[in-house]
Amino acid sequence: MTGHRLPAGGLVDRARPIPFRFDGRPLTGLAGDTLASALLANGVSVVGRSFKYHRPRGLLGAGQEEPNALMEIGTGARREPNVKATTVELHAGLEAASQNRWPSLRFDLMAVNGLMKPVFAAGFYYKTFMWPARFWETVYEPLIRRAAGLGRASGLPDPDRDAHATLHCDLLVVGAGPAGLMAALAAGRAGARVVLAEEDVRLGGRLLAEKVSLDDADGPAFAATVAAELAALPTVTVLTRTGVSSVHDGGLWLALERHAGPDGGPATAGPRHTLWTIVARRAVAAAGAVERPLVFAGNDRPGVMLAGAVSTYLHRHAVAAGRRAVVATATDAGWVLARDLLAAGVSVAAVVDTRQAAPTGFEAVAAATRVVTGAALAGTRGRPALTGVDVVADSRTIRLDADLLAVSGGFNPSIQLMSHLGDRPAYDPALGAYRMAGPVAGIRAAGAANGAYDLAACLRDGAAAAQAALADLGLTAALPDLPATDPTPVGAAAAYWTPKAPGKASAAFVDLQHDVTAADVTLAHQEGYRSAEHLKRYTTLGMATDQGRTATVDGLAIMAALTGRSLAETGAPIARPPVVPLPIGALAGPRRGAAFRPVRLTPVHGFAEERKAVFLDSGAWKRPQWYPLPGETDWLTTVNREVAAVRAGVGVTDVSTLGKIEIEGPDAGAFLDKVYANRPSRIPVGRSRYGLMLREDGFVLDDGTVTRFSETRFLASVSTAHAAAVYRHMLFCRQVLWPSLDVSVVAVSDAWAQLAIAGPLSPAVVAALLDDGRPITAETFPPMAAAELTVLGGVKARLAAVSFSGERAFELAVPASVGDRLIRQVMAVGAPHGIVAYGTEAMGVMRVEKGHPAAAELNGQTTAHDLGLHRLLARDKDHVGRVLSARPGLTDPGRPRLVGLKPVDPAARLRAGAHVIPAGASATAANDQGWISSAVWSPTLGHAIALAFVTHGPDRMGETVRAWDGIRGTDIPVVIVPPAFVDPEGARVRV
Amino acid sequence: MLIPCPFCGPRDLGEFSVLGAARARPVVAVADLDGEAAVAAFAAYVYERENPAGPQAEHWFHGAGCQHWLTVVRDTRTHAILSVTSAGTDEAAQSLEAAQGAAPEAAP
Repeated sequence: MTGHRLPAGGLVDRARPIPFRFDGRPLTGLAGDTLASALLANGVSVVGRSFKYHRPRGLLGAGQEEPNALMEIGTGARREPNVKATTVELHAGLEAASQNRWPSLRFDLMAVNGLMKPVFAAGFYYKTFMWPARFWETVYEPLIRRAAGLGRASGLPDPDRDAHATLHCDLLVVGAGPAGLMAALAAGRAGARVVLAEEDVRLGGRLLAEKVSLDDADGPAFAATVAAELAALPTVTVLTRTGVSSVHDGGLWLALERHAGPDGGPATAGPRHTLWTIVARRAVAAAGAVERPLVFAGNDRPGVMLAGAVSTYLHRHAVAAGRRAVVATATDAGWVLARDLLAAGVSVAAVVDTRQAAPTGFEAVAAATRVVTGAALAGTRGRPALTGVDVVADSRTIRLDADLLAVSGGFNPSIQLMSHLGDRPAYDPALGAYRMAGPVAGIRAAGAANGAYDLAACLRDGAAAAQAALADLGLTAALPDLPATDPTPVGAAAAYWTPKAPGKASAAFVDLQHDVTAADVTLAHQEGYRSAEHLKRYTTLGMATDQGRTATVDGLAIMAALTGRSLAETGAPIARPPVVPLPIGALAGPRRGAAFRPVRLTPVHGFAEERKAVFLDSGAWKRPQWYPLPGETDWLTTVNREVAAVRAGVGVTDVSTLGKIEIEGPDAGAFLDKVYANRPSRIPVGRSRYGLMLREDGFVLDDGTVTRFSETRFLASVSTAHAAAVYRHMLFCRQVLWPSLDVSVVAVSDAWAQLAIAGPLSPAVVAALLDDGRPITAETFPPMAAAELTVLGGVKARLAAVSFSGERAFELAVPASVGDRLIRQVMAVGAPHGIVAYGTEAMGVMRVEKGHPAAAELNGQTTAHDLGLHRLLARDKDHVGRVLSARPGLTDPGRPRLVGLKPVDPAARLRAGAHVIPAGASATAANDQGWISSAVWSPTLGHAIALAFVTHGPDRMGETVRAWDGIRGTDIPVVIVPPAFVDPEGARVRV
Repeated sequence: MLIPCPFCGPRDLGEFSVLGAARARPVVAVADLDGEAAVAAFAAYVYERENPAGPQAEHWFHGAGCQHWLTVVRDTRTHAILSVTSAGTDEAAQSLEAAQGAAPEAAP
């Protein structure tokens, strides 16, 4: 195969040579080349090695259908693997490297795999690498990974950025070939909002790749005229270098635009790609058709190419793919190519037609070259590239010398996008191909994608599809005047591999990219695989990056021949997204690094940062976990100090993350009685109460305090973790379950900064903060009292005497904007009392010491009975979870129920997650009686403590059991005790 | 996928969250809350699902929009959205009934 540049013609700029490198070799192409056409122009015949057998491979196609020419493009962090050379615009300095070869493309040691073909036959993933099991990690997987050898990722951080953007339109036109151009023109002239997406750098499709005339213009000139009008239409958006990748429900499409610099190389500024979300009311899928290769022994030798691709290189790039061609065809398209090759001065050794008679209209071709009809291809010669073709006709073998074999086995409409929503294409015997019969979800196939291969029919079909799509929307579009064209020869016959075909089936490749042969399909059939989907998965036929564009139908035809069924009965597999490869970086787009997801900071975050707090990720929140002082190197030292300071004096912590929901209206109390399992309606004005919420299945949803500020106005405080879910639940109760209640529910979580001030000295600190100077004593502001008042000189505030630590404590909330001022004021007025700032860890220690359940206990699997909260449950009203919470299974005392645990050895350390096993029993699932949900070191008691759920727990006080942790390998004797370790009488909260 | 919110217009799926099939919560007199009939009714309400191949009324929450709960009638075979109404309204109750009437018989 000796490709070379022709002296004239093509859409290349001969004044602009472009230097590039392939496998380190300096080469030169022309502006307007693809990497593939430039390689071909330089006489490069072997562009890669195959996936399994490492056979040398050359170019087969000229676009997304290319199975062989996968390249690594670029260097360093910008190296992109598995790029089809046929889709890369040539640009100065382009570095391309072939893949899947070691040590070099010409001499590949892995080609020895070709001798082991039986090992890699159909289903080899499922057979060869099955046993022994221990071989999987040590032998098979490394072998497969090295041998499979598709390109290498750079392994470096991506230096480029990708953008996400959205477009809305009435009509999306996919593909700017003749049908797509006419569709966009008809709709654009009618004033519809049109998006025309074309993968190529310029509009025209096959108009750029074939010798046609439209009125007085050739294909490229006609395409340029239409492109100019489209650019001037105000409602038309034309996206070039944009591949449409997938369709989703509701008319939503994804398309990838590649941004290029002025010379077609990667963009030097701005994003590298834009991933477009296109919301289209209707669509015309004018993605063209892909030529089918012929399946015969030796059909993978470099030099065997699709006739249409040879035509593309000839007309668009002025590159002859060889010096002496054989055209093997089942279609008239092959004859058109022979005509064009002869006209370009390329020698054509023969036209080999599988049909019995040559088509009419090609008498000049027949006169200029040898014609063999009723023929089959028996084999190819040449190493590594093609030097000859063997043809069988009339039982005679004819040996032909050639460096190019152009094959044409018919066409497959490109309708992958139309099956993304689950619709399956049907076989059309008249067309000899699978197609989508009618519109699917507002998408119409048009042009070659709809089987309209004649140019005039194709143009008309595109315009008509747009007209029909706009009619759906109540818009009227006129058909543009269509240019006069010569009739396109579209005769074709079925030409599939059959079991009687000459040559070895194991050398007749169906899927070139995955190295699936006719023998593999035959084996799959012998092993009982019949359906299109099973054939695909068992042999991996059509599962490579070319999505089986050139392979699937040939494979199905073999299966049909073997089973004696028609192609219609065999059926086609459904195509799945993405139609064009999407880089992972483009899917991530701007959502990377710090922008991966939002971060929520509380209004007092800056204060905590200044004090070098260590932050804990709690959902999207950053919460101060502890505040180390200079010299404190161990977090436990810090936390112990913070706990001791609160229990002995006073501390302040940020509780702004708690969910805050206001409930207001005449029916506010009645509403809360529906949402909570106890009776918030009985809370006096100016008081808070503990509240418990259930799910409808009877398990605990959340807990917190409810505060009543007036007859009709309540504030619910809910846990940080459940804040969003509880608010959604309350809205569901309000809008869906009890819509007749006159009440409004508003989440105000982010509107308030909230501080907890805890410890025996907290009343003095709180009193010093209040504008009205009211005394804060056990009598004037007892535990669970609440008030709206002002602080900081007129700033409205909410004060509630609620405690999570077991100490006398207050929660004070101010508008978020003054949270920072408030905590600084708290520290200032608290300084004489030795106030400390404490974090979530100390808060957690104190709540475990006090036996308060938190997220680890309210895990969605526990009931009010489990938590010892069953006395709160109101029996005389309906509320969410009322009926099912009373089920015997949820109130069974044998369920694991909340208790405290302390180690027999005061020095032992407890950890959450340990199983509770009876003393003397073996650590088996049958003896599992519960688990530790929370465990901390209690500085107050000087030993570890834990909250746990234990079967019959409250009835087993004083019993010694095992805390067994199989993961960490610990087994610690512990004693069951009441969950309130510190101040069980609750005296401290009343000081 | 777009959901036509009756308050906000067509909005992206990502703004919504789904609860599941829309069904009417049992109404039980307070005196009967501990009866077997109440438990059976609530157990069916919480646990039993028709799972139809066809139209199904569902509750969706427009959390990143108007924060309304919506009754969405959706064809589970095609994801086509047949109607969207504000949940808890008479209109939503009617669409719920219509969807249940339109559901094909379950396969034997």
